[in-house]
Amino acid sequence: MSAKPQVAFYWCASCGGCEEAVVDLAEDILKVVEAVDIVLWPVAMDFKKADIEARPDKSITVAFINGAVRTSEQEEWARLLRRKSQVVVSFGACANMGGIPALANQFRREDLLKYIYEDGPGVDNPAKTRPQASSQDEGRTLSLPELRNVVRSLDQVIDVEFYLPGCPPTPKLIMAAVQALLSGQLPPKGTVLSPDHALCEECARKDSKPVDLALAAFKRPHQIQIDPEKCLLAQGLVCMGPATRAGCEAVCPAGNMPCTGCFGPSSRVKDQGAKFISSVFSNIVPKEAKEIDAVLDGVPDPIGTFYRYGLSKCILRRKLN
Amino acid sequence: MSEQPSMAPVVAAPAVAFEPRIVAFFCNWCTYTAADLAGVSRLKYAPNVRVIRVMCSGRVDPQFVLEAFAKGADGVLLGGCHPGDCHYAEGNYKTLRRMRMLIRMLKELGIEDGRFRLEWISGAEGDKVKAVVNEMTAQVRALGPLDLPGKFKEWDREMEDLEQHVNASAPQQEEAHVR
Repeated sequence: MSAKPQVAFYWCASCGGCEEAVVDLAEDILKVVEAVDIVLWPVAMDFKKADIEARPDKSITVAFINGAVRTSEQEEWARLLRRKSQVVVSFGACANMGGIPALANQFRREDLLKYIYEDGPGVDNPAKTRPQASSQDEGRTLSLPELRNVVRSLDQVIDVEFYLPGCPPTPKLIMAAVQALLSGQLPPKGTVLSPDHALCEECARKDSKPVDLALAAFKRPHQIQIDPEKCLLAQGLVCMGPATRAGCEAVCPAGNMPCTGCFGPSSRVKDQGAKFISSVFSNIVPKEAKEIDAVLDGVPDPIGTFYRYGLSKCILRRKLN
Repeated sequence: MSEQPSMAPVVAAPAVAFEPRIVAFFCNWCTYTAADLAGVSRLKYAPNVRVIRVMCSGRVDPQFVLEAFAKGADGVLLGGCHPGDCHYAEGNYKTLRRMRMLIRMLKELGIEDGRFRLEWISGAEGDKVKAVVNEMTAQVRALGPLDLPGKFKEWDREMEDLEQHVNASAPQQEEAHVR
């Protein structure tokens, strides 16, 4: 056994952007590779489940797991890595809060499967065949992972030590986290490895944010010519900054686009969407229900807007039905 | 205490008679005072509300409403001063705006209409407290239990078998620490 710390990367329901973020460390990745032994990284290296199963428990120093947990296979991997690792870092918005995949929590599993395998445009499946968890072929039993009814964040399945927020986490935060882990100077369990205040604090447009937003209408980015200097909320755009944790250095507002909330809330907020409603929607102009509703119509998809990356972590967790 | 036999034959109550649990956030200046008035006036209303006094309806964060549902409330009632009467001038307007959006959100997440209600009740309207509480209790009773804590448990049951399977194949304890 080598004396270097053993590091594992794994992906669950994710897009690969978090793997990309690791590669985005650029030259810094050489320092990481020098300091550690990578024992699992499905996107880049050829290790198998059996390799991990064969290891003694707790023999992996750190496992970075990204992606939401949506299938039985992802659950099994998460539990396996938990058993084999001393520290698990929940990596990225999907692992932390369900991410984009968690938007599926607005639908029943049956409806999703029916659409994908029967009703969707371009589907040609007259026999209505669907993947089965277990099936027979030429006398052999074949198995496939099962799709769960609920899309979960990683910490809804296993115990997690730390969180790296973002879609994806920025190279700067990743490097800081790796250095903290390698130095052994660990923050308390449960810490989100990013500054614990609202994004507005580090936004270059902060000074132009009025005390009273006095919003008379909501607009979407394609509907207006966005002023590159002025607070995006003050321009009527739904910018999630006030309810979102800092750490990305406000890259989206710097690129003239509103924050969509991928870092999740700060530690004092339980529910990002509800808190956003609380802070921003109290500041719209009208006082009568009817006129208020007309302003609210400017946000056609409240769940997809306020919980774009976090429906698993909404206090209600998913749509009831 | 009293050993007097009951005159009526003992009828076994149905095992699980549903009694709605409604969390009510009442503002200190109007609706809570109205609830007090209802009490002093000996108005009887359904005992299904658990009143929480807040300084202003504007203090009620939408998170509180979600949390109440998640902890087992079947309904949430929010009471504040009439428009124009807020002790803090604007608090109830802020509440109205937030809650109009919260209502949309609850609807999209499958929480039925009658489970959340916002009412303006002034300190003089003890009878309105009675009417609103009775009406809402009846409405929530008709909707049936929400039982989110039960639903959360039920949802997570799909993970049980696999968890046992993975743990069963685990070595007894943390037997090997390799550094």
